[in-house]
Amino acid sequence: MSGMRLLDGSEAIVEAAIMAGLRFYAGYPIAPATELLEYMAEKLPSVGGVCVNADTEIEAVNMALGAAQVGARAATGSCGQGLALKQEAIAEAALNETPLVVFNMARNQQDYFQATRGGGWGDYHTVTYAPKDLHEAVELTHVAFHVADKYRVPVIFMGDNLLARTQMGTSLPVPELEKLPAKDWALDGTMGGTGASRWIWTFGGGKANRPGVGPDGYWRQIAEKFQRIARDEMRHEQCFCEDAETVVVAFGSAGKFVEHVVRELRKEGMKIGFFRPITLWPFPADALDAATRDAKNILVFELNAGQMIDDVRLSVEGRRRIAAIGGVSFDDSGLNLGPLLDADIIRERILAQLSGQPLRQLPYTGMGAYL
Amino acid sequence: MNVIDTARPPERAASRTATFKPSLLLSEHHHLCPGCGEPVAIRLILEVIQELELTQNNICILGHGCYGSFIMQMDVDSTLCLHGRGPAVATGMKRIRPQTAIWTLQGDGDMTSEGLAEIMHAAARGENVTCFMLNNGVFGDTGGQMTASSVIGQRTKNTLEGRDAAYHGNPIKLAEIVASMDGAAYVARGSVHNAASINATRKLIRKAFQRPMEGQGLALMEILTMCPTGWFVPPGEGAEYMMESLGKVYGLGELKDVAAAASPEDAGV
Repeated sequence: MSGMRLLDGSEAIVEAAIMAGLRFYAGYPIAPATELLEYMAEKLPSVGGVCVNADTEIEAVNMALGAAQVGARAATGSCGQGLALKQEAIAEAALNETPLVVFNMARNQQDYFQATRGGGWGDYHTVTYAPKDLHEAVELTHVAFHVADKYRVPVIFMGDNLLARTQMGTSLPVPELEKLPAKDWALDGTMGGTGASRWIWTFGGGKANRPGVGPDGYWRQIAEKFQRIARDEMRHEQCFCEDAETVVVAFGSAGKFVEHVVRELRKEGMKIGFFRPITLWPFPADALDAATRDAKNILVFELNAGQMIDDVRLSVEGRRRIAAIGGVSFDDSGLNLGPLLDADIIRERILAQLSGQPLRQLPYTGMGAYL
Repeated sequence: MNVIDTARPPERAASRTATFKPSLLLSEHHHLCPGCGEPVAIRLILEVIQELELTQNNICILGHGCYGSFIMQMDVDSTLCLHGRGPAVATGMKRIRPQTAIWTLQGDGDMTSEGLAEIMHAAARGENVTCFMLNNGVFGDTGGQMTASSVIGQRTKNTLEGRDAAYHGNPIKLAEIVASMDGAAYVARGSVHNAASINATRKLIRKAFQRPMEGQGLALMEILTMCPTGWFVPPGEGAEYMMESLGKVYGLGELKDVAAAASPEDAGV
């Protein structure tokens, strides 16, 4: 097929981001987000863009804020501890209405809390997209920039090691998205002395000749905006939930593995369904509640000690039995997803949980590669 | 050129200066304390922006300090960024809008304490931006605590017996450090403690805007500003106190100008 290219996830995301209009990226090396930085450095200059090798994670995100505030589509990227360092600026972007995309190529799924709960100060949420594979990643890259601009909010794109470092064939399709108005709020430096100079400021104070609504009014407006986003931008995917007695919930790359296992078990006659939130915030709570209305069990598979399970509990408010069948899973294979991300093991854990058997403890994989 | 004699009081009281405001100020009023040097420094900066015809070609990034409230007073496209991160925000803006004058307005707490990494790396990269540090040696906005630029012996709310090098560490002479960096095009230290220093500082500010606009690299313009409230002295004694404390450590003048020969009209400040 013409136009098909074999790309790893990092390169596909960079290509899609540039096609979406990204012109500024600043980053700091951290595995597995490093390849994103390398591809950005290679490709952005050829389209008239800029990639700055920042000297700290904090610098990187604030540079991206500056570029976004003068009207460019801008992004930064990191994971884990690096994402933690960026949280202050992500909160700032939410509270001063700067559109910003943050690529979080997470090592496994232990970033769920800090992506969805927000590690910074203030009443805000971070819209978070978690693609299951490269194809969805390409689409959601476009969507991330679109939603960031549409609502003037920070958006986290939550990939992982498997997405970043495995290849798939793609034609890099561009999704159809509504046309957005010009950025008449952006600072372009031309309004000085006109009496109509612009401001971007968390406290919403405005200018002496045009006072703003102040912190109280501004933060209420922003809180209301996040309610609109929660109503209109929620995404999820589900299959076989209509008559399912058991629904397994998973997100990101893990979701793809779980979906495979659920499809196999369906073929074997088990009444089992699958539910995958695509937006981790806003979490598709009502959809999950509806999808599990007749289910006896909800099983949550995630590669952490139990983070998304909190949102699952809030979604069904105690009306269904919920059990965690994932766990901390990390290895030194280079993909860092550990022994749990394996179709046979997921299958084993689903069956064990449903039959009341204890989940098998998997041996630690050790630090072999580091020795 | 009119020369103002500052050796003795003027023969008649100024009447026009009290009502004159640069067109980039939206209000003649501010909310800072009596005797504060910051409004004087900011007014100087705005006047120079007009002189250089950058009025409709500049963006200001304010840090966190008393001066931050001037985001409302200045008729300039502005953002008030996170504490200390101004030079990083400025970098992102300048890389996207290389023809626009991008300038940060920071204090010594914002730049030498919380934001040391940002100014150092921006200088090393030679970003073509202008960074102002209004240095009063205290966190004025929070009521007068020690910053990285408080001088030895200086009494603050958390160095009640005076800053002790052995216990509190030594002050950072940031302008001297930045002047030693290859990416810095212009580094100078001015002051607003009297009319002569204000006039001299105005000329330094001109070059601090010009060098980055010429593409020569980063300019760091430090301005010593009085903070009588943060120093616990009467407003009228601020200027004298400043030159007896900060002024003894932070010498005034140009520390670096990579293009001194390029602008002969500005030589001899």
